[in-house]
Amino acid sequence: MRQPAGKPKVAFYWCASCGGCEEAVVDLAEKILDVVQALDIVFWPVALDFKRADVESMPDGSLLASFINGAVRTSEQEEMVLLLRRKSQLLIAFGACAQIGGVPGLANLWDRESIFHRIYLESPTTVNPEGVLPQVRIQEDGRELSLPVFYDTVRPLDQVVEVDYYIPGCAPTPKVILHAVQALLRGELPPRGSVLAPDRALCEECPRRDTKPEKLLLAEIRRPHEVFIDEGKCLLAQGLLCLGPATRAGCEALCIQGNMPCTGCFGPTSRVRDFGAKILSAVASITGSNDEQEIERILSQIPDPVGTFYRYSLPASLLRRRRREALAEGKG
Amino acid sequence: MKYAPNARVIRVMCSGRVDPQFVLDAFALGADGVLIGGCHPGDCHYMEGNYKCLRRFLLLRRVLRELGIEEERLRLEWISASEGEKVRAVINDMTETIRGLGPLRLEAPEREAVEVEAS
Repeated sequence: MRQPAGKPKVAFYWCASCGGCEEAVVDLAEKILDVVQALDIVFWPVALDFKRADVESMPDGSLLASFINGAVRTSEQEEMVLLLRRKSQLLIAFGACAQIGGVPGLANLWDRESIFHRIYLESPTTVNPEGVLPQVRIQEDGRELSLPVFYDTVRPLDQVVEVDYYIPGCAPTPKVILHAVQALLRGELPPRGSVLAPDRALCEECPRRDTKPEKLLLAEIRRPHEVFIDEGKCLLAQGLLCLGPATRAGCEALCIQGNMPCTGCFGPTSRVRDFGAKILSAVASITGSNDEQEIERILSQIPDPVGTFYRYSLPASLLRRRRREALAEGKG
Repeated sequence: MKYAPNARVIRVMCSGRVDPQFVLDAFALGADGVLIGGCHPGDCHYMEGNYKCLRRFLLLRRVLRELGIEEERLRLEWISASEGEKVRAVINDMTETIRGLGPLRLEAPEREAVEVEAS
């Protein structure tokens, strides 16, 4: 790989995300000093005062890598992602939103119109008697003001540009980030398109693995606030929906160590095409009845199946979003 | 045996082999409806395959509903190897139901960005 003189240059950028991924970089603590010793951070809007024009003036391909967190929801994000793609040898999707859409991707259950209606007209904390909605362009006192276009659909990065590597997690853990950066610096990266975390299910690295019964059966499905959770026992065996069986390992079961079930933020392993469908299939398989009414009763204890199974991955799923036609008809 | 020509048959060993991913893929690739045919309860050669299919079907149907896909577009029927007449009746009936609902028309989200650019 071509290396310009001096330290390799990298950029960090955020799109539709919460800021937790930026926090994750800071969470490297003193290890971030090793990173800045080896790399020059030339663009990082959340921390450094460089502008878009600075990036535009860089030669194409002059950055070793861009780490982009967040999904693509607006035209501005799309432009920035395209720009950074052009300037970077490697584009790395950083975190669940960039990789598979993330929590902001659940907005794909709605569209621009319904979201604007809720946020700017209905929400109880909004005062907007004139019913003003965001406009892409507006003339005021002879000046033209503009805002980015807000798309109907949230997309993960690889639906917009070619992505070289993925760092999973909401947010990625310091260990996963450091592994990725070290692999990058040593030039020891796996094949392009890889997710930089182990390609096996979380259950395999779970400290409670030995307490997972040979044959799991859910007679009831419980939510964490409804039960006292045994700290030493497999959460599925306690009737809690832990998504470990379908989720990629690499986080070292952090949530489970905090006595909370896995919600699937590391996304699927490489053999799965639709994370939600896979965990849905697993949960249905271990639902403990063969009687239709009883199955319905047990499964009704999952109040929000899409929000549960696709919490981080709706935009990367096979269907990607709620059918727009159904929204228009006011169904569903 | 003659039935509506709209059906495309995908053979699997057991209804328990019908991964929900297959169903979503069918919709994503343009199918307007998906019919799963399984052996009658109690008849499974693999003991529980059709029950697993039933549980997956019931949960998947709820997910599809939330994603704006009408319930009638996914159907599970128990049809044994000797019930050719039932195959015919179910396929014809489902074809009529889907015809009433019309095409699914899932739009590719990336088209939206292009449309915005153009406008």
